[in-house]
Amino acid sequence: MDLYEYQGKELLRRFGIETLEGLVAKTPEEAREAAEQLGGGTVAVKAQVLTGGRGKAGGIKVVKEPGEAEEAAREILGMDIGGHEVKQVLVEAGAEITSEMYLSILVDRTEKKPLILFSTEGGVDIEEVSERNPEAIVKIYVDPLVGLLPYQVRELSFGAGLEGDVAKGVGKVLSDLYKAFTESDASLVEINPLVATEDGRVLALDSKVTVDNSSLFRHSDIADLHDEEAADPEEQRAQEAGLQYVKLDGDVGILGNGAGLVMSTLDVVAQAGGEPANFCDVGGGANADEISEALDIVTANKQVKSVLFNIFGGITRGDEVARGLLSALERSEINLPIVVRLDGTNADEGREILAENTPENVYTEETMLDAAKKAVELARDGGR
Amino acid sequence: MAILVDNETRLVVQGITGREGKFHTGRMVESGTNVVAGVTPGKGGQEYEGVPVFNTMEEAVEETGANASVVFVPAAFSADAIFEALDFGMSTVCCITEGVPVHDMMRVANYWRIRHATLIGPNCPGVISPGKANVSIMPADIFTPGNLGVVSRSGTLTYQIVNELTQRDIGQSTAVGIGGDPIIGTNFIEILEQFEADPETECVVMIGEIGGNAEQNAAEYVQSEMTKPVVAYIAGFTAPEGKTMGHAGAIVSGGESTAEAKSEALQRAGIRAATNPSEVAELVAEALGTSS
Repeated sequence: MDLYEYQGKELLRRFGIETLEGLVAKTPEEAREAAEQLGGGTVAVKAQVLTGGRGKAGGIKVVKEPGEAEEAAREILGMDIGGHEVKQVLVEAGAEITSEMYLSILVDRTEKKPLILFSTEGGVDIEEVSERNPEAIVKIYVDPLVGLLPYQVRELSFGAGLEGDVAKGVGKVLSDLYKAFTESDASLVEINPLVATEDGRVLALDSKVTVDNSSLFRHSDIADLHDEEAADPEEQRAQEAGLQYVKLDGDVGILGNGAGLVMSTLDVVAQAGGEPANFCDVGGGANADEISEALDIVTANKQVKSVLFNIFGGITRGDEVARGLLSALERSEINLPIVVRLDGTNADEGREILAENTPENVYTEETMLDAAKKAVELARDGGR
Repeated sequence: MAILVDNETRLVVQGITGREGKFHTGRMVESGTNVVAGVTPGKGGQEYEGVPVFNTMEEAVEETGANASVVFVPAAFSADAIFEALDFGMSTVCCITEGVPVHDMMRVANYWRIRHATLIGPNCPGVISPGKANVSIMPADIFTPGNLGVVSRSGTLTYQIVNELTQRDIGQSTAVGIGGDPIIGTNFIEILEQFEADPETECVVMIGEIGGNAEQNAAEYVQSEMTKPVVAYIAGFTAPEGKTMGHAGAIVSGGESTAEAKSEALQRAGIRAATNPSEVAELVAEALGTSS
């Protein structure tokens, strides 16, 4: 789960990391009031979206007085940044910055350890820095059973050539950030830029925090921050139904059992010249309720012109799946063409059951490739 | 031979009294696995599917001489169960549970005792050596004994591919589902090493997907260290960036994690890569010289 910048900063402050004073605004008027409350001087008006690239998209504006803050907010609110509509801005006080740095902690999948990345080149994309000047990045792995050790903090400081107040300040931020990372079960905490100010402070000017979804059960305060409105309505509904669903741009709706099989089905549809409309994993069972809910969610997307249902009968046998599917179809009122491909244990029995009772809009195919071709063809013919 | 589990396996089911634990214990026993004990704290003294239940791993091991465990314990307590299994000398621990916190798994994966054991999973279908032992939730009926090793990050995709292999009379030595989470115990390379050393295994199928760079590391290993032929398949070419595709670990986040990057690495390493699941069986038949 990704946090908005202002939520991430709230979390960082709880662990002792300093940020600039800021207020969230949902209207241009609120932005003006926020700027007034912050002293009426220079402020930054920043789009709050769960995606990157907002600076380049014009989602951050620095202004000199509250009237300008209102104007800036009017421009930014409602803006579309990478498919995300801006619904709130963070109005933040200004600061006299002397240097910009980069600091993050992430989960390294290969080493299976937290990895700290630090660079004195802040404010730019870290992947860019790593390509252009890999030596500018200090990397430190932490043993999760031991935690961050003081010598590792010193290593970072000396490795990056930091001195004086900045070295001390960055060291403290790193210790606090590691605590925030572990105690919040984060998979990423990133401060870019981390800045040093003229008065000798080290502050988080931005924040990007991703919390491990599997750990939300022990962080109800963070789970409550989930913004249902920002999620796609079908994705939200699927999540509530316990289904794995991701919306895509195409017109062939796809369902199947098992993440790998469904991912592979999307690929095969694309190879057959079609465009998948979604990813939907209905899980291992053949429960008619689950299947009908999944079918409803997939076909609620108006772009969908045909549906491909790809099932491999394992422990749940093919005949059970076929019965579940038929009873789901009886209940829903889907007129779109549905291609069913059934394989695995008792697939023949399952196909027989389908053949005897198939509604007109249901087609059965034996192989994944044939099923994909058929679904793509039907979508081209206009589907509904 | 086979790898990880075989006729010598004496299995403990951790979380045997839960719904999943109970159901799959029955299936594992049915498919010939020597399930010697179950562990559920507070349920010691009971019996499930003819298997005695103990309160602790210590007791279970003492009483039954168990040497491997499979974990069905709920996600919040899975790491604790794995630590317990490692502390009492299990050589193979297979964690089926989905949704284990990533930070818990980082601690488990760095625990010193893990060096003396093989941890499979979490969020995996388990391990099966057809005809010998089934330490998994996989449908045993679609497998048949033979000389092909299978290692995969996905469950149903494995069944799909194995089913087609079995239909072509290509049997399997062992099939290992390593799991779909970002942090897993054993990755492709460790399993490939074991297949390379296993006299029964003649060829290996590797099934990967988007997320991380385990496939690239495996490709390098295959090129430099392996003598046996490897056939690969990667899923997720159509996955958008930043979206979790069912498995917590299946997410495109930067260059290396895409299906294209993985596929290119496989090609560079000279590994045969199938473009769809059905092609895997064809490529394996070619590699084994049994194509008709």
